[in-house]
Amino acid sequence: MSASTLVTATAVTPRPARPWLTTAIVWLVLLTVPFWLPMLGGYTALAGRVLVLGLAAMSFNLLLGFTGVMSFGHAAYFGLGAYGAGLTLKYLTASTPLAMLAGVLLGGLAGTLFGLLIVRRRGVYFAMVTVAFGQIAFYIAYSWDSLTGGYDGLRGFTRAPINLGFTTIDIVNNDKAFYYFLLVIFAIATSLLGLLLASPFGRTLLAIRENERRARFLGIPIERHIWLSFSISCAFTALAGSLYALLNNFADPMGLHYSLSGEIVIMAVMGGMRAFWGPLVGAALFVVLQDYISSETVNWMSFVGLIFVLVVLFFPRGLLGMLQNRGGGR
Amino acid sequence: MLQLVLFNVTNGLIIGAFYVLMALGLSLILNLSSVINFAHGNFLALGGYIAYVLTPHIGFWGALLVSPLLTALFGFIIERLMIRRVYPRDNVYSLLLTFGLAFIMQDACRYIWGPNGLPMTVPESLSTPLSPDLFFITWYRIFMVAIVIIAVVGLFAFLRYSRVGIRIRAGTLDLDTVAALGVNVGMLRSFNFALGSLLAGLAGVLAAGQIGLNPNMGDDLLMPSFIAIIVGGVGSLTGTLLGGLLIGVAGALTTVFWPAASEAVIYVIMAVVLVLRPRGLMGEEGMLT
Repeated sequence: MSASTLVTATAVTPRPARPWLTTAIVWLVLLTVPFWLPMLGGYTALAGRVLVLGLAAMSFNLLLGFTGVMSFGHAAYFGLGAYGAGLTLKYLTASTPLAMLAGVLLGGLAGTLFGLLIVRRRGVYFAMVTVAFGQIAFYIAYSWDSLTGGYDGLRGFTRAPINLGFTTIDIVNNDKAFYYFLLVIFAIATSLLGLLLASPFGRTLLAIRENERRARFLGIPIERHIWLSFSISCAFTALAGSLYALLNNFADPMGLHYSLSGEIVIMAVMGGMRAFWGPLVGAALFVVLQDYISSETVNWMSFVGLIFVLVVLFFPRGLLGMLQNRGGGR
Repeated sequence: MLQLVLFNVTNGLIIGAFYVLMALGLSLILNLSSVINFAHGNFLALGGYIAYVLTPHIGFWGALLVSPLLTALFGFIIERLMIRRVYPRDNVYSLLLTFGLAFIMQDACRYIWGPNGLPMTVPESLSTPLSPDLFFITWYRIFMVAIVIIAVVGLFAFLRYSRVGIRIRAGTLDLDTVAALGVNVGMLRSFNFALGSLLAGLAGVLAAGQIGLNPNMGDDLLMPSFIAIIVGGVGSLTGTLLGGLLIGVAGALTTVFWPAASEAVIYVIMAVVLVLRPRGLMGEEGMLT
């Protein structure tokens, strides 16, 4: 216990060498993806997956990387977002924005309520409670056959075109249009996350991460901050989940399963959990690797597991973490 | 009706016994090393498969003895090779490591022994029911419960009276002090991990005789074991024991009245415990919280 606290406390984040450079590269790549990805043998939906899971991992990283709290059950909020959007489209109304709103509300509220129960827990205990609680959503989706489609997942809905009043954007059949629709949502969400982190609230979260006890002595209400951070993180993850349902026109119970939680964590760590864009980079690496491996071999699980082990043992700082360290010349 | 309730209580106790074996192993590792072993269910499956391989050569009884030991040896090697390296780091790394290990081990079992279930034969004397009225109680089930009781009593006696056991308990409270007193803490943790794997391997052999083998046979036990630990209270092995039995019986009793909710009820119990008594039934305030 004390040993690990010491390490986290002394490992102060190196200042990003050129934060604007990373941001510029990220946006340049994201904006041009549909034009060069097909030439490399990829497909636009793959880029969509990267965006969606990247957003989930970045939202998750608000907790792990910037509050220092380890949730291992974020698939639950991701999946709730997906089911919220899917159920709305299927049973209520054919409106994409309303479906997204429903997804965010479902996942966000679930996270907010659950957060109340666990804000006093820390470390591995926090991880254990979040992973166990996350499975509740999985079992509900799995057993409530008549509503959710059970094991087979929720089918029979499609995303609806966006009606802006003066014009209608066809995101249903036009892959590129849908990708840019995702990108706009992604941009709004990540800007909000960025603003949040730059705000006094965000700086306070960093203080809690670096030294919880000292932050408490300064009079910061730790539990309330962690609860808020958890709720916000869950709501953004749910947004990513609702986008995932739109992307696949499908929501399945494996999107709620704790193995996805683990994948979200490895994305954040793989890309660099102390860097703002790290989880997105990790998501891109992970999604592309997984896509490639599962098309090459039936034993893809071993390779995915191997990615986990190798990252933990040899690249714990993640890709951006290593680049920053080199650039920063620590 | 009485028979139905009795049937389910028996089932619950047996399922609870598996939860207990799994959760005690997890709890040992969690308490001393702050590692949640996501691969614990796969250690269980490994124990079952090793027994499956050994049974034709040394018989069921031999396999029951040797397979947990081999599982423990495997756990010891894994701990020495990998898990030991992440102790000084943030907790997230040990979680991810065992998570990846779970993927690899499950896939390896599938690769070696095939994706389909395999039957495991138990001795003839164990597979007969006690009496026609109590058809659901086979000797094997009695035998399983007896083995679990022996293992649990043995574990508690070991932790209470042996030198290594006392060191493990002391290390749970304050590992730095134990290290300062000259105990080889690294070896203690490796041994402790092996001990946890031993319990998982034993559960694997017993489960294989009851439900047969498949590569993800341990997966369904992992979450309930987490819940057993949370309900019982982190840091308390007695609590884990109680928690495992409690959710096992509660789940089985719910099956009588509302089968669809049998899976959900253990989560409800966890939620109630977290609201009313956040540290768990027997947990001590300040342990790992």
